[in-house]
Amino acid sequence: MLLNDTRYRSITFQAIALILLVAAIWYLMSNLFANLEEQGLNISYSFLGATAGYDINQTLIPYSSQSTNLRAAFVGVLNTLLVAVLACFMATIFGVIAGVLRLSNNWLVRKLMAVYVEIFRNIPVLIWILIIYFIMTAAMPAPNAFRGDEPAASMILGSFAFTNRGVYIPSPVLEPGWMIVLATFVASIIGIVAYRRYSTKLLYDTGRLLPRFWPSVAIFFIPTLLVFFLMGRPISLDYPALAGFNFRGGLQIGAPLIALWFALSIYTGAFIAENVRAGIQAVSRGQGEAAAALGLRPGRIMNLVVLPQALRVIIPPLISQYLNITKNSSLAILVGYADITATLGGITLNQTGRAIECVLLLMLFYLTISLIISLILNVYNSAVRLRER
Amino acid sequence: MTEAVEMKVSDEIAISIQNMNKWYGTFHVLRDIDLTVYRGERIVICGPSGSGKSTLIRCINALEEHQKGRIEVDGTMLSSDIKNIDKIRREVGMVFQHFNLFPHLTILENCTLAPIWVRKIPKKTAEETAMHFLKKVKIPEQADKYPGQLSGGQQQRVAIARSLCMRPRIMLFDEPTSALDPEMIKEVLDTMIELAEEGMTMLCVTHEMGFARQVANRVIFMDEGQIVEQNEPEEFFKNPKSPRTKLFLSQILGH
Amino acid sequence: MSDTHAESVAFVRETAIPPALPPATVSGPVKWMRDNLFPTWANGLLTVAALYIIYLILSSSLPWLLGGIWNAESLAQCREILQGNSAACFAVLSERWNQLLFGFKYPPELYWRPTLAFVLLFIAAAPVLFFDLPRKLLIFTGIYPFLAYWLIWGGTILTPLIALLGVVVGYLVFNRFVKGSFAAGMFGGVAAALVVWILGGMVFSGADLLSLRSVSSRDLGGFMLNMMLGITCVSLSVPIGIALALGRQSNLPIVKYICVVFIEFIRGVPLITLLFVASVMLSYFFPPERTVDLFLRVVIMITMFSSAYIAEVIRGGLAALPKGQYEAADSLGLDYPQAMRLIILPQALKISIPGIVNIAVGLFKDTTLVSVITLFDIVGMIRGPILASTDWNGVYWELFMFASVLFFIVCYSISQYSQWLERRLATDHR
Repeated sequence: MLLNDTRYRSITFQAIALILLVAAIWYLMSNLFANLEEQGLNISYSFLGATAGYDINQTLIPYSSQSTNLRAAFVGVLNTLLVAVLACFMATIFGVIAGVLRLSNNWLVRKLMAVYVEIFRNIPVLIWILIIYFIMTAAMPAPNAFRGDEPAASMILGSFAFTNRGVYIPSPVLEPGWMIVLATFVASIIGIVAYRRYSTKLLYDTGRLLPRFWPSVAIFFIPTLLVFFLMGRPISLDYPALAGFNFRGGLQIGAPLIALWFALSIYTGAFIAENVRAGIQAVSRGQGEAAAALGLRPGRIMNLVVLPQALRVIIPPLISQYLNITKNSSLAILVGYADITATLGGITLNQTGRAIECVLLLMLFYLTISLIISLILNVYNSAVRLRER
Repeated sequence: MTEAVEMKVSDEIAISIQNMNKWYGTFHVLRDIDLTVYRGERIVICGPSGSGKSTLIRCINALEEHQKGRIEVDGTMLSSDIKNIDKIRREVGMVFQHFNLFPHLTILENCTLAPIWVRKIPKKTAEETAMHFLKKVKIPEQADKYPGQLSGGQQQRVAIARSLCMRPRIMLFDEPTSALDPEMIKEVLDTMIELAEEGMTMLCVTHEMGFARQVANRVIFMDEGQIVEQNEPEEFFKNPKSPRTKLFLSQILGH
Repeated sequence: MSDTHAESVAFVRETAIPPALPPATVSGPVKWMRDNLFPTWANGLLTVAALYIIYLILSSSLPWLLGGIWNAESLAQCREILQGNSAACFAVLSERWNQLLFGFKYPPELYWRPTLAFVLLFIAAAPVLFFDLPRKLLIFTGIYPFLAYWLIWGGTILTPLIALLGVVVGYLVFNRFVKGSFAAGMFGGVAAALVVWILGGMVFSGADLLSLRSVSSRDLGGFMLNMMLGITCVSLSVPIGIALALGRQSNLPIVKYICVVFIEFIRGVPLITLLFVASVMLSYFFPPERTVDLFLRVVIMITMFSSAYIAEVIRGGLAALPKGQYEAADSLGLDYPQAMRLIILPQALKISIPGIVNIAVGLFKDTTLVSVITLFDIVGMIRGPILASTDWNGVYWELFMFASVLFFIVCYSISQYSQWLERRLATDHR
């Protein structure tokens, strides 16, 4: 009997599983083809080359309604990546600040952060997106409120305008020579790292500890500013200004992008805050006491003992939060931000009626992103594990 | 130490291992093991860590698979046939270093689970048997507690009772006292000695040399996956033949 | 120490020292404030900043909240009453209360049915959530899904009754044969249940008993829809998640890879794409002559979604069990289904409960996504019928705040429960 022998047992079971799987797929596929035939449809991706015929208000690459559906999808991909990267960046900042403050010895701050975390974690992100979108569109003044002698609204610091059509911010204008300034800036960052390494080495070799904070600040600012003025200020800002009924100049960030960006950041930030707190707490108790018993000062304890260990605990969930942000950015469709879900899975799908093709391509895109992110996670985990030996 | 237990060894073969080999990947853990255990024999297996002694007894109830050679337990050939494996496991009880009691079940449930589900004994009878053996290991009053509420020594005695409830004809002990605090070792060893006196066939991996002297009728020394030396305990301790045995004994008895 | 002080070493206390209060600088509110609010200058600044933020929030929201209008017919009327003052117009909540909770198509005279189902839910959920309650209550938990189905959708009680009967008979047959072998129990149970369902369907087709007015799935809506989707999908996905987790842990490569591919695929795509599948794609995979309504298709997809996540949680629980448990089960002669059912899963599931609860909270929040595919859950109701009506066009704050409060209450209490459970499991004498 095949089932009673360990050698064949597993093969028998697997054969059964495989047969069941093939049968299920065959059943679903035959239904699919029967349905398609009945409705006179087929599976074809030629619609991607056809003219899209719709406009997209926020694009990173040139696009017009005469462009193809494929290009519209590509615009969507870039928009998804844009909002995902922006939100990851900002969520990390929110999360780290809130997480560290939750461990503050200040009672009020601790409680305030707990309230932030609990409120944002326990209300759907979709509602947050809608609320912030509503603030951006319905509660913000129209551009013409900035006009007149006594305007109802005014720009913040003379350079930021919050209107119901989006936020206007100054945009950088680059003149010849800006590359040199940028290069100097990058070089001084490298310089800071090099200086810190050198000071550590000096400490190890001679036992002399150089000051670290103020020299770093100096290296950060002085060379770049020097070169900036020497090159005759090659980088300047173009400020938005009222022209007629709308703002001209500067950079316009549409309300949908802001709503999505901010909502995803503040929602995910609450989760990251919990990860950060858990990571630091997991390490700090015994390790912090041990370090303190050795006579290290609190700042050093954090930098030398707690953080290096806590990061190992914090970074893996942080990376999966980034994946969550990317997936949640698909809610863009609610506020009319043209990400991949809204272009390919929304307008293109509805206009061409190619539901199966569009949804499959959409899934393929997100799968690729999540595979890349989990690849990064695996690389990180194995790197950490190697160092543990 | 008290007098050595009287021997009640019969000619009937309980376990016969012939030319058995096992590899972990390319690592040769057990090499050409030949061992015959007669019914009623009490065998102590010792040796340095990594010598393959635990692996050897875990092969006997097929917790580990051997790649070459034959193992026969109670006349049943250990093969890839699941029926044979099940039969052997029913006849062979095992006690682990870390007790491995089921923490979500009470002591009584730990003892009755296998008799009910494997031997298909009615629950009531199984409970009576369980109480009998719990009395024997001297903790009947703990029957309704959970393993986490017991001390290490008590847990290990429950583990022995749990195995006995299956009415095994052979008992395997895998370092039963290594995870115990010193003051608890004795209560577990006493239980094992009592079991030996009743004529149970026992294979015991342990470093308790006092126990070996008192109970065993054969001591096996293993090193690097091979049986290096085996002898009656008296001779084994007084007169070790192999230099490796001598070194090992001097290390564990030397202080 | 030298011997010179030998005399002073010997000491016997003859009077007891009574306990005294600490000096004011060591305890009391002043000390507390100094320790917790102003330990250093920088920290004091932080306190002031926090106080300012709290002041900002309260000063802008409190008058708005407290001055809210609860009785008005429309936003215009609200504004009339307020006369230019800024305050909330909660009248929309009182006027559209039922729509927010039940949707706009559920027959108003039948509201008591879902309400009753909701109340009974607590009794059904209690024995699952609190281990100390009598196990007999689980019987009601078993009956509850059928009862709730009957209450919410209506129709004859025979349908859920036969379904329940099939499950009960199947379970009894399973119990009878499972000691022999798991496969026998399983097949016997499923076969018995099928027989009961088919026979029951034939015998009672067209029969009518205790018939409630039936309500179609299309008419469900509001917060009720969120609750139903959340509870149904989570409870369905736990058994599927267990199967997937066991499959992923198994040493059968093909089974393992089927599970891995399924889990990773589902976890790699956003829920919204799966809802697109439910709304535009899934019907292609059913036989042409059969139509499956949107609610059921959404339930299928959300269940697939959450079972993948729950599988990962349970896999974590399985991995957390010491290897010795598997070995002990083997050495006693238990076979794979017995070892899993009696030894491994009870422990692994217990460890996994907090994780499963967290997934459930996340899933419950995600049920709001169905508003994207034109189901009228609470967000769908707000964005659709209510904000689109001429009466209430423009009352965003009050409506979204109401939805937020509902979600917050449910999610916060569940996550508090989960933390309580985690603490309890940590100290449990396991």
